[in-house]
Amino acid sequence: MLILYAVLVLGALGALFGAILAFAAKIFHVDVDPKQEAIRECLAGANCGGCGYPGCDGYAAAVAKGEAPPDRCVAGGAEAAEKVAKIMGVSAGASERKVAMVMCSGSEGHAEKRFNYSGPIDCRAAMIFGGKSNKTCTFACIGMGNCTKVCQFDAMHIVDGIAKVDRSKCVGCGACVDVCPKSVIKLIPASQKVITACSNKDKGAKVMKICDFGCIACQKCVRECPSDAITMVDNLPVVDHEKCVKCGHCADICPRHVINWFED
Amino acid sequence: MLTNIISISLGAILINNFIFSQFLGCCPFLGCSSKVETATGMGLAVVFVMGLASAICWVINEYVLMALNLKFLQTLTFILVIAALVQFVEMFLKKSIPSLYSALGIYLPLITTNCAVLGVVLLNVQNNYNFIESVVYGITGGLGFMLAIVLFASVRERVDYTAEYPKCFEGFPICLVSAGLLALAFMGFSGMQIFS
Repeated sequence: MLILYAVLVLGALGALFGAILAFAAKIFHVDVDPKQEAIRECLAGANCGGCGYPGCDGYAAAVAKGEAPPDRCVAGGAEAAEKVAKIMGVSAGASERKVAMVMCSGSEGHAEKRFNYSGPIDCRAAMIFGGKSNKTCTFACIGMGNCTKVCQFDAMHIVDGIAKVDRSKCVGCGACVDVCPKSVIKLIPASQKVITACSNKDKGAKVMKICDFGCIACQKCVRECPSDAITMVDNLPVVDHEKCVKCGHCADICPRHVINWFED
Repeated sequence: MLTNIISISLGAILINNFIFSQFLGCCPFLGCSSKVETATGMGLAVVFVMGLASAICWVINEYVLMALNLKFLQTLTFILVIAALVQFVEMFLKKSIPSLYSALGIYLPLITTNCAVLGVVLLNVQNNYNFIESVVYGITGGLGFMLAIVLFASVRERVDYTAEYPKCFEGFPICLVSAGLLALAFMGFSGMQIFS
């Protein structure tokens, strides 16, 4: 008898709560903005976080509410921006394509090592030795590939002991920039053709000793630039991209081969 | 009657605080306390759920379980009530206060498994509270939880922005140390007797 009561009571309570919840689900039903779903369809869907929102869904919700501009999806690029803008009924505006660039050229055998490292192959682990890796240069790319692990677009590879960006695949989401413990990766507008791939701010004599491909601040590029677009800041050449005529002369004459010229 | 209610309230909020002296509901206490705003939301949700659960569970216990001599079904029934209640609160928040809903995130469904809620209804039965006392104990127990989580969130925010501590303490270690110190402060209330 007791068992019967127990079954009945629990069954009745379960059914009652079920009915109340089913009823409540009808009353408190929330419509998802159809715009949000349409926008979500246009995005790249990689959840890379390059837009600054928690995933593609978060960004789509923000755009649908009008809180975010339509051109933030870096992975989707201009194409996605245009589609999203169409849904929202606004113009996209030109968003400049950015690519990641590793500001270091100290490849294997060309940058001096302080010791033989045999720990875990991880840039952050290698940083444990006095805040720098086994390379003597404090600014150098460690080359253990934390950036290659976070890159969702197969655009980052370790070539000759340092990270290299595949500019055709890079979408400029900035995941590698965030993860690099050396902050040696930077996001640079794809339109900039001349980039100095060295971050060492030390004086020339010191750099000369520790790296074959380090900027020694010899000022040759500054003197020979036909449009006076280059200045030396912290022992590194800085190109004024307004003045730059994109002739590529500096890349040709750099004795240390640290100025890169990108044709793409 | 009034003195009884005051003693129950003060006891639930300070002396027998659910988190610091009964160690119930520690999961949301640690998980949901990184921002004061979220902590307040979580606290309010717990107050609401605990108060309501106390009321409903008291009625069911008194008029269904006790009447039919089904005392052994208490825990099971209470879990059922709490689960349904949390679902209901979730739907209500999603419709009425979406910002709070998104701020609470995963922790709202987790109230279902928050042992503080089940704890409060079981303690109501254990202490033989009447209806009013049960509801008061539920609400003040929730308030005690809220006090603890909001205090702790404020401490965590300050620690995150200003305090200097060794790097190895970053994240959860420093958070657990702060929680321990806060619990020590609440130990000062332990053993106090009010109006008895």
